[in-house]
Amino acid sequence: MRNLKLIIQREYLARVRNKTFIVMTFLSPLILVGMISLIAYLSMLNNSEKHTFGIKDDSGIFSNEFKNTEEITFIDLTSISLEDAKDLVVEKEYSGVLYIPDMNNNFELARNVQFFGKESPALGILQKLENVITEKLTTRELVDRGIDISKIESAETKVNIQIQNFQGVHTSKMSNYIKMFFGGAAGYLLMMFIIIYGNMVMRSVIEEKTNRIIEIIVSSVKPIQLMLGKILGTSLAGITQFSIWVVLGSILLFVISSFTGVDVMTSAPQTQQGLEQLGNSEIQQLLVDISNLPMALLIVSFLVYFIGGYFLYSAIYAAIGAAVDSETDTQQFMFPIILPLMLGIYVGFFSVIENPHGSVSTIFSMIPLTSPIVMLMRIPFGVPWYELLISIVILIVTNIAVLWLAAKIYRVGILMYGKKPTYKELYKWLKY
Amino acid sequence: MDNLLVAENIHKKFGNFTALNDVSITIPRGSIFGLLGPNGAGKTTFIRIINQITMPDSGTVLFDGRPLHPNDVSNIGYLPEERGLYKSMKVGEQALYLARLKGLSKAEAKERLNYWFEKLEITHWWDKKIQELSKGMAQKVQFVITVLHQPKLLIFDEPFSGFDPVNAELIKNEILQLRDEGATILFSTHRMESVEELCDYMALINESNKLLDGKVDDIKRQFKSNTFEVGLSAVDEVALLKELETKFTIGKANFKSLTKDLKLSIQIKEHESPNDLLQYLISKSVVNHFVEVVPSVNDIFIKTVTKNA
Repeated sequence: MRNLKLIIQREYLARVRNKTFIVMTFLSPLILVGMISLIAYLSMLNNSEKHTFGIKDDSGIFSNEFKNTEEITFIDLTSISLEDAKDLVVEKEYSGVLYIPDMNNNFELARNVQFFGKESPALGILQKLENVITEKLTTRELVDRGIDISKIESAETKVNIQIQNFQGVHTSKMSNYIKMFFGGAAGYLLMMFIIIYGNMVMRSVIEEKTNRIIEIIVSSVKPIQLMLGKILGTSLAGITQFSIWVVLGSILLFVISSFTGVDVMTSAPQTQQGLEQLGNSEIQQLLVDISNLPMALLIVSFLVYFIGGYFLYSAIYAAIGAAVDSETDTQQFMFPIILPLMLGIYVGFFSVIENPHGSVSTIFSMIPLTSPIVMLMRIPFGVPWYELLISIVILIVTNIAVLWLAAKIYRVGILMYGKKPTYKELYKWLKY
Repeated sequence: MDNLLVAENIHKKFGNFTALNDVSITIPRGSIFGLLGPNGAGKTTFIRIINQITMPDSGTVLFDGRPLHPNDVSNIGYLPEERGLYKSMKVGEQALYLARLKGLSKAEAKERLNYWFEKLEITHWWDKKIQELSKGMAQKVQFVITVLHQPKLLIFDEPFSGFDPVNAELIKNEILQLRDEGATILFSTHRMESVEELCDYMALINESNKLLDGKVDDIKRQFKSNTFEVGLSAVDEVALLKELETKFTIGKANFKSLTKDLKLSIQIKEHESPNDLLQYLISKSVVNHFVEVVPSVNDIFIKTVTKNA
């Protein structure tokens, strides 16, 4: 135990004192915040871009239907021929011209509306145009069939379903966004942590091998102690770095958003969509939703999965580091590590958000290589306790097995030089 | 005889490869023991087993009279053949770290490091990083780290490789001094000169088998060929040579002498005495040179290895 402490201490200091580490610790938040601000700024710029469309309405029924907005201006080109209208659009650098032919049959008309332009318009704009035409044609068709429009309009209702769970707690659509956000952030954070610090563990193992100090050390301590010390020391360094990032990042974000007025926090597409629907009362609902999340469970399970996932992967990273002579030899072993991580993220962002309790989500939150990420994303949506328990037990058992196997490969590998390791070779080492 | 280390019937296989086959070695306390063998013979595997880096498949190792225990690492100092230090860590810092891994307290380690650094005149290296030192300098630091915790058993694997002659001499004297202070030393090498110079005992390993072991002097006696190098001057050297050839097995010899002698190596029979040979030679010629050929460790090594190949 005394030696383990010494190793952790050395590994921690070696990481933290490393120049690249220090530079990255202070530079990364700057880069990240810079990028977020840039994206936010660019998308603001994009939204404020002005478009002008020509309308050639031969049917004459849409004369007042296309209303100018801040971003879109409509110009009536009905009086000139379609060819002239096209030329004019090119000449004046308009975004395009919408051609509505004159037809009596509403359905036939609907099929024959055309748009001419240098490039196809943004989806949002296209949808807007279609909505206007659809609504007008539908109304016209209704009138043609002798239906009183005013009656239909007065009969229209708007539904906003009040969501309430069996405990009588009110939630809103927002709450789903919030759950996605918390789960997604936790899963993504874990993946980044594993990749960054797992690699660091691997490099530190390779360093000891190439330095040829390894044999001196293992004559004093057990290889597994060294491996554990490395993983723990590096993770402590990682936690230090992450804490600094979080603190620095939030300070920077706060400073930037208060100075430039760029609302950095709400520019994330997910939340923006949600926030647009917000009224004042819904902001209160939002706060209620956040406080309704099972925070204690979230934090505890985050810690469990964070530690479990990180240990699992960094043990594999350590074994790879021990098996090779230099970092260039690690490529062939990287794919099997990155694959389950990416799979976890994809399953998380697609399957879990689609259906948090579907069979795909459930299965991947049990497989130990993906469970830390997928389960973290599922937890905000509420996971039955027995599923959580099974998943954690599987994770712990796998951890023990993988640590044991990794320690075996590590023990043999650190003293093996000049052999290009293959999977077959590694399998043989397990039996030494 | 008091033995510090007794290894009995050690077997070790790596997959299909046998690294050690029934090797037993006994190292007497206070001796310098040479472990000889060509590259790949199994020396390093044996040393790693003593260091508990590798576990034997079967066989026992007794250290100081009882089975080897994990805590014994603090009684053993090991300078491996593949050795190095953390490149970007300061000399003093990593010496302290490695000493503490061997069980020394921080204060104790610091005190002894100061002693050794002063002794080897390397005190000003304390705050330097290893990457700023030359290879020889780094080796000195490694030597200090190996002996710092005053282990009962010191294991040196090819200790002199990488040292210049001055530093090699310095380290050799330090090793002898440590022996005089009571440490037992195990040398692993394929350089025979150093064994000749330093070792009291030796064992020869080849292709995972121990071929011979014992006191260096005993082994030499065992390998002596009853051959003598002689330098003779006579009036008729040709006649003398002819006469000698009928009586003994004669070979040519090479050694330096001041006179222009007939230089021969003469082998006598097991039961014959050197005195008889000498008397006979004196009666025929002037004997300027008469020396028994003592087999060098190198000869023994080559002879044994080729015989068993």
